[in-house]
Order: sequence, then C-alpha cells, then structure tokens
Amino acid sequence: MGFKDYCFRKSLWVFHFGGASCNNCDIEILDCLTPRHDLERFGILLVGSIRHADVLLVNGSINMRDKDRLLELYHQAPKPLLVVAIGACGCTGGIFAEGMTFAGPVDKIIPVDAYIPGCPPKPEAIIAGIVKLAGKK
Amino acid sequence: MVVNLFWFFIFPGLLFMTVAGGLLSWFDRKITARVQFRKGPPLLQPFYDFFKLLLVKETILPKHGSAFVFLLAPLLSLFGATMAGLFILLPLFNIETGFRGDIIVIFYLLTLPSFSYIIGALASGNPLAAVGASREMKLIISYELTFLLLVAAVIMKSGQQFDLNSIITAQQSHSPFIGSISGVLLFIAGIFCIQAKLALVPFDMPEAEAELASGIYIEYSGPPYAMIRLTKQIMLFILPALIVALLMNGMNPGINIVWLILKILGIVLLLTLIRNTNPRVKIKQASRFFLVWMNLLVVIAIVLIAFGL
Repeated sequence: MGFKDYCFRKSLWVFHFGGASCNNCDIEILDCLTPRHDLERFGILLVGSIRHADVLLVNGSINMRDKDRLLELYHQAPKPLLVVAIGACGCTGGIFAEGMTFAGPVDKIIPVDAYIPGCPPKPEAIIAGIVKLAGKK
Repeated sequence: MVVNLFWFFIFPGLLFMTVAGGLLSWFDRKITARVQFRKGPPLLQPFYDFFKLLLVKETILPKHGSAFVFLLAPLLSLFGATMAGLFILLPLFNIETGFRGDIIVIFYLLTLPSFSYIIGALASGNPLAAVGASREMKLIISYELTFLLLVAAVIMKSGQQFDLNSIITAQQSHSPFIGSISGVLLFIAGIFCIQAKLALVPFDMPEAEAELASGIYIEYSGPPYAMIRLTKQIMLFILPALIVALLMNGMNPGINIVWLILKILGIVLLLTLIRNTNPRVKIKQASRFFLVWMNLLVVIAIVLIAFGL
C-alpha cells in the first residue's frame, strides 16, 4: 500500500444518500458517529457537500425518482469514490424488490464496493464493513 | 534574498506553519471529541486529510463560473495567511525584521483569506456558495471595526508604537498588557474577533453545515480544497499567536518557548470550548454583538487606557 493509498484509507469522508428509506438505517448510521461508537477515530467524517466526499453511503430502496438523483450525485463526486450499500433495501431491494416503482438495487445503477446487509444493520456491523473497506486492496 | 525565501518557505513560514497548524487542528478536534465523550482522531489525522485531498482526489471545475478565479482564490488565501503569519511570527521569535507600521500590514493581510473565500465562492456560480459569501461579507463588516479598534487600543497602550516588535518589547520591559483591566477587556474582544475570523461555531454562518452544506467551500474539491483547509489551519495558529504578541508578552528568549506554546494552546482551548458550548447565532445577532457590545467593550478599554489603567 503506497503513501497516497494509505492517506486515502485513513481519511474517508462520508456523504450520506438516503433513498426511499424507512429511516432505521439512517438512525443506525448516525449511531456510528455518536460517542459510543465514534467513527472519527478512524478518520471518518460526515460531510455536507458531495464535492468533499470519498464514500457515498446509500441506504433505502431506490425508486424511479431516486435513481436520477443517485446517478447525478455519483457523477458530481470527485473520483476515486467508494460506494457502500447499507441495509437489506440498499443491497437487494428487500421487501420492496417486487414494488412497481422500484428501480433496482444500488448495484444495478452504480458500481458498489461494499455491502452491509441487515434490516437495519447494527452499528457494529457498519463499523466492521467500513474497516474492511478501509483495508481493501 | 535567500534568507527571505528561507523565512517564507521553511522556518517561520509555510512548512513550520503547516506542521504547527496541523497539530493545533488535531488538538482542536481532539478536545471537541473529549467534550462530547468521544475518543477522537489520531495525531496525524489533519495531515492524512491534507495529503488525501492534495494527492488523491480529482479537481472538479464549476460548469457555470470562472475557472481561473475559482482556482486563484485558494492560492491567494494561502499567500495572505502565510505572509501575515510571517509578519507575526518573526517578531514573536525575536528575529528583528519588523518595520514601522507593520501591524497595519498584518491587519490587511489577515483579511485576505476571507476576501479570497468570497471571491472563490462567487466565482463558482453555486447559489448556496453565494449565500455563504454574502454572509461572510456581513460578518467581515461586523468584526473588522472591533479588530481595528483593538489594534488601535494596543498601539495606544504601548505608547504609540506602530510595529509589533516594539509592542512586544514594551510589554517585556514593564508587564504584559493583559495584567491590567483594559488588557482583560481587550483580550475578551480579541477572542471573539478571532472566533469570527476563523468562522468557528457561534459565528460559522458562512459555512453552516446544517443548511448551506459547507457554504462557501461547497464547490471545492481536491487540491484547491486542500489549500483552503491548510489556510484555515494556519489561521488557527497565527491568530492566537497574534493575540499572544499583542497582549500576552510575546516570548522571552531561551526556555520561555514552553510558555509561548502553553499560551497558544490555552487560547486554542478557549476557542474550542466556546465553539463546543454555543449554538450558531443569526447574522443579525452577530452584527449586533460586534457592532454594539464588542465595540463598546473596546471603547471602554480605550478610555481606561487614556486614564492609565
């Protein structure tokens, strides 16, 4: 792992995109940043602008309206960009997979680097996924 | 010439300020984490962030906007911060290079980063950045008068000395200015001024994470954003250093460098605690706070100085 790659893995800034989510995954993601789990010790920050993001967190089922927004965000982000699909809906579609407005799980729209399944995933599972992502390659 | 370049780039200049500012920025984040009962980032975190932005990420230029001005603004802000830092740190480390009136030059150079943020934000063509830029303008109008009055009060207190070196010498031969009533008032006003200059939380309307999504920096990515973050870290180092030079005795030669470090750390700790225990105020409230109350405080201090207190 070179110097550039090392710096990148040590400072992942996260932009959070919620699709048509039931908000359980959003709450668990916020849990990771709170005192008990504190993701900042790995250098992870939640940023407000997609231009500063290194990781695009996607949760919730992606319906036809969200698809355009997700694609737009993906093209606006500076590369290299890692994409993480969180929760059953983000990974596979979950119970919405048969729905008429469902536009496909995240990996049918943009390439995904890590999947964190669960409905909702526990904060420990999210941290395990992020740490594996940081150690990838 | 070579000595000047060495000063600008290496010792009190860019490299030294980068390292010191990075460590202070880590200190700030660690204290914030400890206040919230978190563990906080590792020591080298600001440097990881900086090198990631500088070396790894790509730069995206705005489609509707002036790319040249957009890219020039971060460089201009970095130049302003480094140059102001040079004029502050050389007298602080007792290297005699000041000239008569250099405190006025410092005052102007310290506004350069804020102005370049405004220029860069307006050049990006983003509506949220434009809102952030107009808020930054109003904030500058609010705090600059207080800051200028503060500098004037310090000049008056040191017996009409217009250069930083003589101000420090005047304090070292008698007593630090903060040891008097007027000095304490000036210190309070100075802390709030640098809080607003750094855009820390009670006065962080320009970058308002919650509603503007980092406001004036919203369109910056990659190396230009690395420059902006570097400027902010340098400002976090040189503004407390300026307060130390103006009010708190500067540095006596020898082992007293430990005292200097403790003073700067103490001021940064104060800034961080203010930032962590206050909500963001509205721009109108901030203007009123500076234009009425802080100006009143400094004017009272000037009157006290005229009576020799």
